[in-house]
Amino acid sequence: MSEKNTYLPYLMTIEKVIKEAPGVKTYRLKFQDESEAALFDFKAGQFGEYSAFGEGESTFCIASSPTRKGYIECTFRDTGRVTSGLASLEEGSTMGFRGPYGNVFPLDEWKGKNLVFIAGGIALPPMRCVIWNVLDLRENFKDITIIYGAKSVNDLVYKEELKEWTERPDVRMVTTVDPGGQTADWKGEIGFVPTIVEKVAPSSENTIAIVCGPPIMIKFTFPVLEKLGFTDNQVYTTLENRMKCGVGKCGRCNVGKLYICKDGPVFSKEELNFIPAEEY
Amino acid sequence: MKKLRDRVAALLDEGAVSLVIGYEEGTKRPRPLFCRNSESTGKLIFDSRCFHNLAVYVTKKELVGKERFAVTAPISTLRSILQLYVENQLSEEKLLVLTVDLNGELREFVTFEEILAYVAQFEMKRGEREQEILSKIEGMTREERWKFWMGEMSHCFKCYACRSACPLCYCTKCVVEVNRPQWINPWPSPISNMEWHVNRAMHMVGRCTACGACGDACPVGIPIDLITRKMMEDLAPEFGFVPGQPAKQGNALSSWKLDDREQFIR
Amino acid sequence: METKYISRDGITQWFEVIVTSGKRVYAPVNSHGQVDFKLVKSLSEVADDYIQTTQSIKASVYPKAEVLFSYEKEHGKVNLTDFDPDTIPETVLWRVHPCDAAGFRPLSAIFNWDSADKLHNAHLIKTSVVSFSCANADESCFCTSVNGSPGNTSGSDVQLTVLPDGGAIAEILTPKGEALVALLPSVFETDRGDKKEQYLVDLPARFSLEEVNAKLNKAFNSTVWKEQSERCIGCGACAFVCPTCACFDIQEDVHGSKGRRIRCWDACGFSLFTLHTSGHNPREHQSQRWRQRILHKFSYMPDRLSVVGCTGCGRCSRACPVDMNLLEHITSIAKQ
Repeated sequence: MSEKNTYLPYLMTIEKVIKEAPGVKTYRLKFQDESEAALFDFKAGQFGEYSAFGEGESTFCIASSPTRKGYIECTFRDTGRVTSGLASLEEGSTMGFRGPYGNVFPLDEWKGKNLVFIAGGIALPPMRCVIWNVLDLRENFKDITIIYGAKSVNDLVYKEELKEWTERPDVRMVTTVDPGGQTADWKGEIGFVPTIVEKVAPSSENTIAIVCGPPIMIKFTFPVLEKLGFTDNQVYTTLENRMKCGVGKCGRCNVGKLYICKDGPVFSKEELNFIPAEEY
Repeated sequence: MKKLRDRVAALLDEGAVSLVIGYEEGTKRPRPLFCRNSESTGKLIFDSRCFHNLAVYVTKKELVGKERFAVTAPISTLRSILQLYVENQLSEEKLLVLTVDLNGELREFVTFEEILAYVAQFEMKRGEREQEILSKIEGMTREERWKFWMGEMSHCFKCYACRSACPLCYCTKCVVEVNRPQWINPWPSPISNMEWHVNRAMHMVGRCTACGACGDACPVGIPIDLITRKMMEDLAPEFGFVPGQPAKQGNALSSWKLDDREQFIR
Repeated sequence: METKYISRDGITQWFEVIVTSGKRVYAPVNSHGQVDFKLVKSLSEVADDYIQTTQSIKASVYPKAEVLFSYEKEHGKVNLTDFDPDTIPETVLWRVHPCDAAGFRPLSAIFNWDSADKLHNAHLIKTSVVSFSCANADESCFCTSVNGSPGNTSGSDVQLTVLPDGGAIAEILTPKGEALVALLPSVFETDRGDKKEQYLVDLPARFSLEEVNAKLNKAFNSTVWKEQSERCIGCGACAFVCPTCACFDIQEDVHGSKGRRIRCWDACGFSLFTLHTSGHNPREHQSQRWRQRILHKFSYMPDRLSVVGCTGCGRCSRACPVDMNLLEHITSIAKQ
């Protein structure tokens, strides 16, 4: 029986630590085993189970793009036992990674379309992988708009990349902070993400909208998109749920007939209509 | 029984209470029943077979709601209700207590004092089963007792039926649910099961009324109620509480007095 | 598949040979008022006058706590030690009921869904099941309502149907069963032509799975969940005694620089099961958790894994501290 033990993580070295925002860090990880690194591949949308040895595992998306080889990245907030264990690690330390798990953003279906990425706060990481993936294959897509907001200027993540995206002529980048979250020299928008989406009013013709954020943001963004003419199969999101195994066995992320770790985390709004809304 | 059913139906119809927690016939023995309208009161029963400690439901806010409710309470439930009162978990405006006394008469209690006076006539003593097992354990040496209980712990699979059935385990975050630090390991193994049960027993000193609900609930037949019962008997003289009477100090192990024997707290 | 006859003495002799062959044998044993599977050395220890054991046999292929892997931290590096399947001894489960053996199918379906669970499969390969068909049932049994029966052979390697003379019809069902028989082939005599059905308890089906499934598809927002779950106290007794419940937790066992990652039984009935670190709990009410239990077993599993998540063994009802009688609840849903 030479079956692989699904629960045995890859050993990763933390190559780089970036402090994104208060309590939020990005880790760039390299496989310690070269042969594992060579075999590893993933697609935008997938997630992994990241181990802090001594504390446990936590579920985060793979925040880097699959077009960039040699490393993977994750971005997380220090909130509980495992994430605070991870946050205490330094460059050069070892952590674990299991994955890639879950389904993928259907990029092939989106070729030739306009894309609108809408994200809030700590929900930019799951989008970042697909944004970079798309930008690395820029010629395959038409107009790209990114609308991203956080509570305050300090809470914005990937600050350097936001600058990069703002400066690119082939991307329309709209950054916003919640009213009251602006600094004196803030040049971006001020307003909650759904309000800014309404203001930007992206056209729904030949467009796919990808939304990720806290439940409250999604709740108010979906109707705005509907008003703009987006049908349910033109809107995608990526969900989160409490997970442990990541492979559809432990039962924790089962919502309705679906398992967020297997059938998701990427869902079209059409698919979401089949999951009981109160249970995720 | 008819008097009880009629009275409960009347209370519900009048709107005096929105819910009555009682008993009905179950598959093999009585089980809890929740009457929210007078139509369901026909199922109500109340006799010596009614074992479950219904006080476990009175602290469940989503079950009892915000309005006044009633409980039909045998002696074990009454004792737990008294302890919940002194721990500030119940209020006289919200809870009406019904019982049937030794003469078959329906009794109603509105205040804590009324329940206290009624309960005082009932002696707190071991039943046959408790006496049989406890007297065997009392004859064991320390090593034999450890072996006995570790043997029982090897069966425990941490289903927490004991905790769920106990009316005094109403903490919204239990000690086993804290993971920073992980006080008690969550997986079943004889020693980590022992840690859980000892920890739980320590939280019960002075509060447990030996209703036996935990032992009855245990699906694998561990007489877990004997640990807290014996602890109640042994520690009552040490800490000054009386078995069967509510202990105002709550958990005796988290209380202290200036004239305690031990000096370390100084 | 072969059918033989084995005499009462033959059964005893065969049992002894299995024990002396070095395999671990687990069988139902009477122990302070309950009957449960324990390691046995002789047939005399085995109980035979009970309807159902308290716990199922799932612990043999899905232990209540097991080490997924262990690790040691050393100067910033981590050394991992994988689970070793060779450490699992050959095990024979003796006198298992058909409803328990049938539980292996839904259990394995979960553990092998898309990716194979190495640990579960390693246990499964080393486990042989000798089941005894049922001549008795009680009011909690309902195998015939969930595609089962008192003589169902799914999951069994050998099934014995005890006859009035103390001997049994022996159905040798799998290569593992043949290997067990090969330990003492002389006691397996030519089939006498006894009709198995005559010695099985007559257990009429109490509901139709199709009807229940159809009702459940429309029942998500029904008030039945709140009504049925009012007395549920939210423990894990039903999930833990169930032969098909597989939900688990993954925890860390740390001792200084060494540690083990442990998988242990969990239950969707616990309030913490779906709790997010943010504090958001998608299933905060017991009624939602009760609904999940029923829908998962009778609707989601049949849909996704083509197997119902229940074998009708009735343990959940017997173990439940407050008499949440599953048969009663399902029948009530079927009648809605």
